[in-house]
Amino acid sequence: MRLHLHIAFLFASTLWLGSCSREDRILRQPPPANDTLNTVQISGLNPGANSIPTPPNSNMYQESAYAVAEGQKLYEEYNCVGCHAHGGGGIGPPLMDRDWIYGSEPGNVFATIMQGRPNGMPSFRNRIPEYQAWELAAYVRSLAGLLPKGVSPDRPDRMNVKPSESSTPEQIPTGITGVPGQPK
Amino acid sequence: MAVAEPIVANDQDAGQSGLARRLAHTWRQPKGFLGWFCNTHHTDIGIRFMVTAFIFLLLGGVLAAMIRLQLIRPENSLMGPDLYNQVFTMHGSTMIFLFAVPMMFQGFGVYIVPLMCGARNIAFPRLNAFSYYLYVGGALVLWGGFLTNTGPDVGWFAYVPLSGPAYSPGHRADIWSQMITFTEVSALGVAICIATTILRHRAPGMTLNRMPILLWEKLVISIAVIFAMPAVMIASGLLLLDRLVGTHFFNPAEGGDVLLYQHLFWFFGHPEVYIIFLPGAAIISTLVECFSRRRIFGYTPIVVSVVATGFIGFSVWVHHMFATGLPQLSESFFTAASLMIVIPTGTQFFCWVATIWYGRLQLRLPMLWCFGFFFVFLIGGLSGVMLASVPVDLQVHDTYFVVAHFHYVLIGGALFPMFAGIYFWFPKMTGRMASAKLGAWHFWLFFFGFNITFFTLHFLGLRGMPRRIYTYGPDMHWQGLNILASTGVIFMTAGLLVFLANVYRSMHTGEIAGNNPWEDAGLEWSVSSPPPPYNFLHVPTVSGRDPLWEDPPDQPVVVGLRDDIRETLVTHSLDADPQHKDEDPGPSIWPFLAAVTVSAAFVGSIFTAWAIPIGAPPVIATLIGWLWPRGQSPTPLPNEVPWIH
Amino acid sequence: MNREFVFVPARFSAQAMPLNPGHHSVLHPAASQAGNIEWLYWVIFWILFAVFVLMVAAFARAGAKSRVLDDAPLPIIEDDDGDRRAGWAVGSALAITVLTLFVVLVLSVITGKRVEGLTSKNPITIQITGHQWWWEISYPNSQADQTVTTANEIHVPVGTPVVVFTNSADVIHSFWAPSITGKRDLLPGYSSAFSFQVDREGTYRGQCAEFCGLQHAHMGFSIIAEPVDKFQSWRQQQLKPAIEPAASESSRGREVFLTHACVMCHTIRGTDAGSRVGPDLTHIASRNMIAAETLPNTAGALAGWVVDPQRIKPGTQMSPNPLAPDELQALVVYLQSLQ
Repeated sequence: MRLHLHIAFLFASTLWLGSCSREDRILRQPPPANDTLNTVQISGLNPGANSIPTPPNSNMYQESAYAVAEGQKLYEEYNCVGCHAHGGGGIGPPLMDRDWIYGSEPGNVFATIMQGRPNGMPSFRNRIPEYQAWELAAYVRSLAGLLPKGVSPDRPDRMNVKPSESSTPEQIPTGITGVPGQPK
Repeated sequence: MAVAEPIVANDQDAGQSGLARRLAHTWRQPKGFLGWFCNTHHTDIGIRFMVTAFIFLLLGGVLAAMIRLQLIRPENSLMGPDLYNQVFTMHGSTMIFLFAVPMMFQGFGVYIVPLMCGARNIAFPRLNAFSYYLYVGGALVLWGGFLTNTGPDVGWFAYVPLSGPAYSPGHRADIWSQMITFTEVSALGVAICIATTILRHRAPGMTLNRMPILLWEKLVISIAVIFAMPAVMIASGLLLLDRLVGTHFFNPAEGGDVLLYQHLFWFFGHPEVYIIFLPGAAIISTLVECFSRRRIFGYTPIVVSVVATGFIGFSVWVHHMFATGLPQLSESFFTAASLMIVIPTGTQFFCWVATIWYGRLQLRLPMLWCFGFFFVFLIGGLSGVMLASVPVDLQVHDTYFVVAHFHYVLIGGALFPMFAGIYFWFPKMTGRMASAKLGAWHFWLFFFGFNITFFTLHFLGLRGMPRRIYTYGPDMHWQGLNILASTGVIFMTAGLLVFLANVYRSMHTGEIAGNNPWEDAGLEWSVSSPPPPYNFLHVPTVSGRDPLWEDPPDQPVVVGLRDDIRETLVTHSLDADPQHKDEDPGPSIWPFLAAVTVSAAFVGSIFTAWAIPIGAPPVIATLIGWLWPRGQSPTPLPNEVPWIH
Repeated sequence: MNREFVFVPARFSAQAMPLNPGHHSVLHPAASQAGNIEWLYWVIFWILFAVFVLMVAAFARAGAKSRVLDDAPLPIIEDDDGDRRAGWAVGSALAITVLTLFVVLVLSVITGKRVEGLTSKNPITIQITGHQWWWEISYPNSQADQTVTTANEIHVPVGTPVVVFTNSADVIHSFWAPSITGKRDLLPGYSSAFSFQVDREGTYRGQCAEFCGLQHAHMGFSIIAEPVDKFQSWRQQQLKPAIEPAASESSRGREVFLTHACVMCHTIRGTDAGSRVGPDLTHIASRNMIAAETLPNTAGALAGWVVDPQRIKPGTQMSPNPLAPDELQALVVYLQSLQ
């Protein structure tokens, strides 16, 4: 009997550890972090190697499938699509590859969104709340496959950007190497 | 080679205790921890189904109490929307998939059907055991998910696009879809076992027109399960593909269709109601006959009604979708079909009244629950007539009026007959009588509480309270009725506690029951209580619809089945003439192992695609182990041998 | 059939039901659609009530007549005579059942036709789009500048037929105003139409009836039925762009609106704010309620909603806006000036 209990306990605790943050619905946002990322303007060009640390209370957005899905919605609503398309790039650089000009750590992406970058990326400081920038950062990183699969969103309810399987490789626009959230 | 032994057997014969000993040895089930997982006898598996399903009834009841507590006042902060959505989804899914069908169809069916047929075991006992473990697997997935904040939060119907990849991030809806696959495969497996048992293992002489009504209903339900479950498995399978592989079955932007899902789901969902209700009706027919001390009136009309219900049940699913906006012609068609189903149900009601009217009613405990059923199900059925009318449905659809309606139908059609059946077969399962006094307390507490809670909900629905809202404003004036509805929970809980106390006490100190405490007619009452592992010392034969009432004392029995191996008799599906002997495969660990590997592969596939290639070899290995040929081929019966005596 | 005859007992029992709020009830119709359905409801109700009484009486009589108090097992009775009589009884009961069902079927088909068929010409047309968790309402017109767009509050002229076209921007919602007419699901990928006509002036509440996610509970709307001239003046007012701020404080409020998160989602015509994610706020001060019928449109509620909407509707798309007190004050003053 005791063995049963132990097994059950082990089973339950594994499940719990494995799922707790992925399934969190973050409905009440924590107070904004210490504003360093938001306010300090980093010099015009910010090389990719220079990674900006993520404040600990923002990690949860990278781990919650709900937050990433919110980021996906905001990506459309705030018209990120207009420049970056659905990750393939256009006016702005593609977001599906991993070589990002300004770094791919969550903190880098956050800073890029909040501060804006030369050659067209506007600054969203004061325009969007911090947590939404974190959600956007999380989603954008999921496009590049930088988030675990369980957290990355699956296909959205819109026209898909995936090239058809019968199309020849040279017809695939540059930058598109797969579909968000799916193995390449 | 088995040869029918030309001996005349009769229960009074000398030497039968030797036979009983030999049979008990041959049909024994392994003991101990590992033995528990090897058991393939239908009485054990049936009781396991019932106990497991009852646990989920209690868990679902706890969720229901949480819902009632949340709604007890406006702007209640007990639960937020996130938790509340999980709770009501879990309540519905638990009650339908983990309680109602496993209890009413699988539990009662697996336990009773072989006994009523006069068979030594259910057909395909290993498939039957496999189905049980798979059901437990699905239940663990669902509740494991819920306890780790991964409980589905999209409603027990999981309509797309809300349950689709775009609006349900994470794995919550995946857990729901996989749970469906588990429980429905389990129901399918049991349906095949039960249908085969009824068609091929009936005692000689039990022709189709002598089959007890309960067997007819189980047969119809099994066939309905075989047709209905694939629809929902397709729906949940397509949903999973949409969510995990990025297909577009339900994505409107790519030409997918959100209504397709609803059609598939309700094509299962409405027959499901009859899969839950018909076993209840079967229990009622059995009990009405027994306690009216009179052959049931209208055997043929009742059987025809049951078969008709099975058919019509498949043509009414659209009445769950009236609000999607249908052409008038199809509205009228589905209204007519939904109304038509009242006719067979009404027929059964009228036949029950007539049987009681012209019989001699003994209002013993199980019959008290039958009367509870009559009252409650009648109200549910009549409000169902209202809902069949499209204009009325458009007003009360998705309000608490509908909630009231289907609780009257489902609690009336499943829970009341279930308690009637449990009290009725309790002596058979445990060997002791359940306390009638505690049972009556249980009944009145539950009946009172149930009506307080759910009758009130009709008014809330008419007052415009929609379903599935986690809170409401004080200006809606729904509070008083909600408080009233919530108080009923106290009485229902008290009733259930009395029931548990009754079961516990009666199992230990109840009056010893004997073989046939109710003097009923079914074959299951001809064996000791609880039944021995071989069920029948000699496979019986019958000469009428009510064997124990009609058969003469010198009714012949089947002899010639070997007692050193597990031989069963296979009979003709129409007239139950013996055809050949078959060997019961006996206890085995493989069904359990197969269920474990299948569960692991399916649950794993939610999280990673690797679960399929990694999970498949163990599944194949366990199936090879399971199916490894070792037995004998069916033995034909010798012609012209006096093997029925 | 004389409607009054049906209604007298019906009204009586409606009043007898506890806690009657009146404004969100199937049994208090304000439109001929809901009225017809209410009539049908009561007719079917009384038919079924009679059936219920008869059935309960039959069971009670059967039980009382045949009950034996002895618990000892009784022999089984053979009763061919009883079988024959029961056959007649069950047969006639079935015949009555079939007849009753047929009556219900015919009545409901006729009522269905009455509810759906609207024969008047020159209806006004409304497009309703469901969003998580609010309603976008527009009055389409062939000239773009004559199209009114608002949210959650539907103004209709009394006694004029209204044709509603439905659609959904995300998941399935269901449009339901109990006093007006039955439900209609808003399905993404499908457009459907239905019509109603409000006969009595007043404000009638409605609510989403199909589970649509976290804030399904807070997705209300209202239908405001007013005389034609009042409706027309409302429409003219809605067509105008937002008024220019008169006072310095509301001018400051506009500045706050345009430089903070508000502008990312909302439209105020006549300013730079033109996003269509959230409700159009051009004439927000003309509405009675905010947040999809969740809060009254008062300065306090508005301020609370702007600062922390997630407390009121956890999960809503509206983001919290931790504004400085003076900014918030200015913003609220500005929003309240948008008549």
